[in-house]
Amino acid sequence: MDSALVVHRLHFAFTATFHYLFPQLTMGLAPLIVVCKVLAVRRPGRGYAEAARLLGRLFALNFVFGVVTGVPMEFQFGTNWARFSRFAGGVIGQTLAMEGMFAFFLESTFLGLFLFGEKRLSPRAHLLSAVAVFLGSWLSGYFIVATDAWMQHPVGYTLAPDGSVQLTSLAALLTNRWAFWQYLHTMGGAAVTGAVATAGLGAYYRLRAKPGDDARTSTALLRVGVFAAALASLWQLFPSGDSQGRLVAQNQPATLAAMEGLFTTQPGAPLVLIGQPNTDERRIDNTLEVPAALSMLTYRRWNAQVTGLDAFPLDEHPDNIGLLYYSYHLMVGLGTLFLALMGVALLWLLRGRLLESRALLWALVLAVPLPYIANTAGWITAEIGRQPWLVYGLMRTAAGTSSRVSAGNGLFSLIGFMGLYVVLSVAFVLLVARTVARGAEEASPTPNPGPRAGGAAVAAE
Amino acid sequence: MATLWFLLVALMLVAYVVLDGFDLGIGAIYKWVARTPDERALVRRSIGPVWDANEVWLLAAGGTLYFSFPQLYASSFSGFYLPLMLALWLLIGRALGLELRGHFDHDLVAEACDSIFMVSSLLLTVILGAALGNVIRGVPLDADGYFFLPLWTNFRPGPDPGVLDWYTVLCGVVALCALVTHGAHYLALRSTGAVNVRARRLGHTGARLLPLVTLASLVATLIVRPAVSHNFLEHPAGLLLPAAVAASLVAMELAARRDRERLAFWASGVYLVAMLGGAAFALYPVLLPDSSDATRSLTILTASTGSYAMRVALTWWFVALALVIGSFLYLYRTFRGKLSIGSGEGGH
Repeated sequence: MDSALVVHRLHFAFTATFHYLFPQLTMGLAPLIVVCKVLAVRRPGRGYAEAARLLGRLFALNFVFGVVTGVPMEFQFGTNWARFSRFAGGVIGQTLAMEGMFAFFLESTFLGLFLFGEKRLSPRAHLLSAVAVFLGSWLSGYFIVATDAWMQHPVGYTLAPDGSVQLTSLAALLTNRWAFWQYLHTMGGAAVTGAVATAGLGAYYRLRAKPGDDARTSTALLRVGVFAAALASLWQLFPSGDSQGRLVAQNQPATLAAMEGLFTTQPGAPLVLIGQPNTDERRIDNTLEVPAALSMLTYRRWNAQVTGLDAFPLDEHPDNIGLLYYSYHLMVGLGTLFLALMGVALLWLLRGRLLESRALLWALVLAVPLPYIANTAGWITAEIGRQPWLVYGLMRTAAGTSSRVSAGNGLFSLIGFMGLYVVLSVAFVLLVARTVARGAEEASPTPNPGPRAGGAAVAAE
Repeated sequence: MATLWFLLVALMLVAYVVLDGFDLGIGAIYKWVARTPDERALVRRSIGPVWDANEVWLLAAGGTLYFSFPQLYASSFSGFYLPLMLALWLLIGRALGLELRGHFDHDLVAEACDSIFMVSSLLLTVILGAALGNVIRGVPLDADGYFFLPLWTNFRPGPDPGVLDWYTVLCGVVALCALVTHGAHYLALRSTGAVNVRARRLGHTGARLLPLVTLASLVATLIVRPAVSHNFLEHPAGLLLPAAVAASLVAMELAARRDRERLAFWASGVYLVAMLGGAAFALYPVLLPDSSDATRSLTILTASTGSYAMRVALTWWFVALALVIGSFLYLYRTFRGKLSIGSGEGGH
């Protein structure tokens, strides 16, 4: 790889990874806030209104960071990936424009109404603007995933004489089978982040409560968070993760082989649980594996033949097999951990013992950062797995960069973004810590917990 | 079909400048027009609920440009790499300065946020104007239709131009004057008390200054790129646009003199529409001119996508536009009327 290519790839990877830390929480929290608001109406006085208000504050804060770090993403298609934009803009520009025209406008107009409109709008209109922001963010997610899905699995296009691709079917672009499963898996991942954060927040308030303190808010957060996290963790393994994996097996066999660390084609392929890929020797060192399980998972037969990396020419191998293997295994490992932890927590919750189990509450607090790692690892799996292709089978990554933007100019803005995002991170951590601390003070009884207090209180600075 | 999308993209960019223009302009005069914490809170409340939605016009215009003229998107975004990166950082700084200010209970942080918001708003208006100047002046396109501009070379719009030269800086100054005037008129419309007095006074000064800078930019444009007169000579109907510019300037001055706040704001809106409309009319059918060889220029024919994509996009684009207009009317109707200090509304 020449250095300009490395810089452009790092540029996009860094800004995209940092950006996605924020929307995964907002998209995950949005439905939980709605659930809390509904529960607050049906079971008043049980802490759900306070929980909704707290989550609403975290949501609004994350939303701001998500918006500002999202703007550079659309720009970078043109600035750093000009040849790709010229090649594919006629197709993926369509979904990106739809995102702008439908989702961004929906989000931004109703976010203004949601944050500032508490006094000017009726409670009903105010709740509806919260729902509109939620719909906008999930719609935005679909258009972005549909764009990425086209790069993973191009459909509805034709090659034009000038060498670019042109759209032949908008319906095919929007109903790409890959987009369907990738969207469900991505949103499930966001739901895990939101739910684990909610449960962790409740556990944190519960742990620091003194005897006799009001436990209603922390209990409400724990109930909603643990239920949702258990459900979402299960959804991530089956059906969404399973279906996504089989799509990879069918359409990107070299990617699947590298993800699983399968160097040689074999029937009854084992599933590697732990081990380090040794790409020089073309094997996995120190393995712990389940015999024939990969064949079973992929083709539903114990002795099915699974294609290994040896079946593909070197220039079609993903160019970073180690990173791909580790990020995939991290994602799946963490996913399994979430299912186990949340399963136990749910059981304890149902038997009424969760609130008293300090060890389990501690585990829930410590789990809060893990879904961020799992989601990031998942995106790395998808995008590193697509390599060496920028558009799978159609355009190589090396052919997509901006030919006139040198490594030095790319590095200038990459370093600039790194510096800027350090400042953003510090501000973000300070503000979240402040919001969480303030929530702890309010977790003791509030004089007038109205059912609509939820997101409305966000506006009160 | 390509002509229609040229019009629609131009329309969206105009909507962006008219709408986000006033909150950028207010940002550029923020600390001058509002001196006390209460006054600053008032100014922030006047744009707080709407600025983000206004900015989305830029993103939506970018997306629309991307699919309708992919080659223009690729060429211009990579060629203007450095100023675009600076603009991105300013957009981020501006948004955070405005949105996070209220979250910190600390005077020094609030002061820093205020300054970041003001300086980045001011620089963004200059960059927007300079960007338009660059498009009018043209860039040195290579055989593949790409280019890369350094931030500056010798500050002359000659064969080896930079992003900044005397002409594009002049365009930046025009944009700053125009958007500050536009913002002052909006703020006058939405405020009371000392802020209102200062905004009106500034709006009036702007109304007097604008004819001068407008004339200067017109003369400079004819010197730098004589070809801009071509479309106007071929189709004299286009002269209605400069006529509208002149009429809006007169109306602005008369309105400012009689403290007709609403009329002054509408006049500066018409001024921006007519100025940008004139630029688009002068360029058509060229999207990005080459600074030396006209045959290399990117035009709506050489840079557009296939006809199916443009046709099918019409079906959803107008639906989306109707929804956008509806939600904007609702948004602006909800937050209409004058604000005064201590009216105690929520918000950042």
